[in-house]
Amino acid sequence: MDIESPEKLIELLDRHAYLADEGLATAAFLALKMGRPLFLEGEAGVGKTELAKTLATLLKAPLIRLQCYEGLDAAQALYDWDFARQLLHLKAAEAAGITDVSRLEGEIYDRRFLIARPLLKAIETQPSVLLVDEIDRADDEFEAFLLEVLSDFTISIPELGTVSAKTPPVVVVTSNRTREVHDALKRRCLYHWLEHPSFDREVAILLRRLPDCTETLATQVARTAERLRQADLVKPPGVAETLDWTEALLTLGAKELDPGLAAATLGAALKYREDVAHVLGNGLLSHA
Amino acid sequence: MRDPIGDLVATVTGFVRTLRAAGVGADHDRTRSMLQALDHLDVTDQGEVYWAGRLTLCATPDDLPRYDRCFAAYFGGQRAAMARTSTTSVTRHLATREDAEEGRDDGTAAPATASRAEILRHRDVARLTEAERAEVHRMLAMLRNGRARRRSRRFESAHRGALDQRRTIRDALRKGEVARLRHKRHTTRPRTVVLFVDVSGSMAPYAETLLRFAHALVRSEPRATRVYSVGTRLTPITAELRHRDPGTALNEVSKVIPDWSGGTRLGEELKEYLARSSARGAIAVIASDGWERGDPELLGTQMARLARQAYRVIWVNPHKGYEDYQPLTGGMRAALPYLDDLVAGHSLAAYEELSERLAHA
Repeated sequence: MDIESPEKLIELLDRHAYLADEGLATAAFLALKMGRPLFLEGEAGVGKTELAKTLATLLKAPLIRLQCYEGLDAAQALYDWDFARQLLHLKAAEAAGITDVSRLEGEIYDRRFLIARPLLKAIETQPSVLLVDEIDRADDEFEAFLLEVLSDFTISIPELGTVSAKTPPVVVVTSNRTREVHDALKRRCLYHWLEHPSFDREVAILLRRLPDCTETLATQVARTAERLRQADLVKPPGVAETLDWTEALLTLGAKELDPGLAAATLGAALKYREDVAHVLGNGLLSHA
Repeated sequence: MRDPIGDLVATVTGFVRTLRAAGVGADHDRTRSMLQALDHLDVTDQGEVYWAGRLTLCATPDDLPRYDRCFAAYFGGQRAAMARTSTTSVTRHLATREDAEEGRDDGTAAPATASRAEILRHRDVARLTEAERAEVHRMLAMLRNGRARRRSRRFESAHRGALDQRRTIRDALRKGEVARLRHKRHTTRPRTVVLFVDVSGSMAPYAETLLRFAHALVRSEPRATRVYSVGTRLTPITAELRHRDPGTALNEVSKVIPDWSGGTRLGEELKEYLARSSARGAIAVIASDGWERGDPELLGTQMARLARQAYRVIWVNPHKGYEDYQPLTGGMRAALPYLDDLVAGHSLAAYEELSERLAHA
C-alpha cells in the first residue's frame, strides 16, 4: 500500500474510525517511510495502543503485542524452548536405543521445538505490526535488549542460527512515562508526545466510534471530561475512559447526561476511589 | 546558483544549534534524523518542517515548549538570541572550596587523626568550622555505600531452585539419558534508592552535606540511585551528581536548582513526583526537617501513596540528632504514620548509619 502523505494517512485512519491529528499522522507516516519505530508517550488512555491496532488493520498485517512488565526477560519476549516436548523426544529416542548425540541434538533443537515469543514472531511474520506496550514498566536492562533487536531485526539463536526480517515490522512502542526511558532507545525512534484531545476532537471521536451516541450526549461527556482533567485527579480520564463511559451511558439508554446516570456509571471513567469521592463531593458532574 | 540541499542542511543545523542553546539535547545523530524525515515530507510546508523536527529532535515532554519557542523564533523570520541562563545567587549557596576538594592542604585542615575523626564523626555539621566541615565532607566522599539487593531477571546455576530446562537437556544429550536435573536461581541486583533532598531555607546548614551524601550514593550505584531536590520545586539532579568530582557535581547541581531557601511544599512536590514517576520497589528516602509550608493533610495523602509504592520509606531529619527531639512539626506529624524508619541526619555518624540501613533494607 502506498501512502503518499500524512494527509492520506489521516484519511485512511479515519476510515477505520481512528481520528488522528496532523502531528500523530506525520509521526506514523514517517515511521512507515523511514522504517523507524514510533515511540508514543503520553497519559494512559490517549489512544497510543489503539493507534497500533488501527495501523495493523489498515496495513492488513497481524498485530503482535508484547506487553511489558517488571521482570520481563528474553525468554518471554524473544523465544523459548519447549522443554517438555524436548524431554519426551529424548525419552522416546532412549527407548528406541538411539545414542548418537549429535543426531539427537539436531533433532531436539529443531524449529518445531521452539516457541516464538512476540519479538521473534514479529520478525518471522511479514508484514506485521509489533506493539511494545508500556515499555516504562519493564526494567531498564530490558530496554538495552530491545534496542539491540530494534536496531537490526536480527535474532541469533545459538542452537538454530540467525533469524532476520527481510522487511522489518512496523514497530510502535508506548510509554506512560512512569519512569524516563533511556535516551538511546528513544533516539532509534520517532518520538511523539500525545496529549488529551481538544474538546471538538473528542466530540468527533465519540460520534465516530459510537454511532448510537447523540450529539448532545457527546458534547456533555466531552465537556465533563475536560472538567475532570482539570480537577487534579490521581488518574484523569483519557479518551479510552470517556468512550467506555459513554458506552455505559448508552447501555442504560441515556440520551443526555443526567447527574444520576452520570454518578451511577462514573466507575467507567474514574478508577480511583479518591477520584470518585472528589468528583461527587465537589459536584463536578452537575452543570454539564 | 544556490545549492538548495546545502541550504537546507545549513538551515537545519542552525536550528539545532538554537535548540541546544535552549537546553534541548539534540545532537548530530538527531539532526541527521530530521534531514531524513524531511526527505519524505514537503520542505516548503512549515507545518511539515515543524513535525519533522519535533518528532526527531525532542525526547521528553519538557523539550516540547522549548522546541515550540525555538521553532517560532528561528523559522518565524527573526532569530532570537537565546539569553544564556545565568547562574544567579544559587552558586553562592554552594560556594564549594576547590582547594578542599582536591585534597590539598590549605593549612587550615590538618590530616585527621583517629581520635579527632572520632570526635568529628558525632558533631553536628551545622556547628563545624569551614575546615572541619571540609574534613567531614572528605570522609563522606569515602563512605563505602553498600546497597540492599533485590531479585533480578537473570539466572545463574544453583544447587536448588527452579528447574534449569536448558542445562538439563544439554546434560541429557551429553550423557545420552536424562540423568540429573539441573537447577537455576535468579541473580540479584541493587535496589533502587529515590532520595529527596530538601534545600529550603530551614535546611540550609545541612543542604551541602546532604547533597554530598547524595553524590556518594550516586557514585556507588549510578544506575540504581535517583535524586531530586525539593524546596518549592521538584528538580531531578541525578545527572548532575554523576560527576566523579564532588565539587564539580555540586556546582552542576547548584545551576539547576531553582529554589534555594524558599519554604518547603513537600506535599505538592511528592504529588508531582508520583504523577510522573514511580517509586515502585524502591527505597524512598526523604531528607527534610518537616517544616511544611503547604497543607500537612496533602503531605499525609501523598506519603500514603508513596508508602504503598515503595519498598521502604525512610525519613532523615537533621533535628532528630538532639536528645529532646519530638517530631512535632506539622509536616513531620503528617508523615509519621507512613514511615518505616526515622533517622538523624546531622552528623557523619548519622550518615554512616543511614548508609548502613540502605545496605540492609
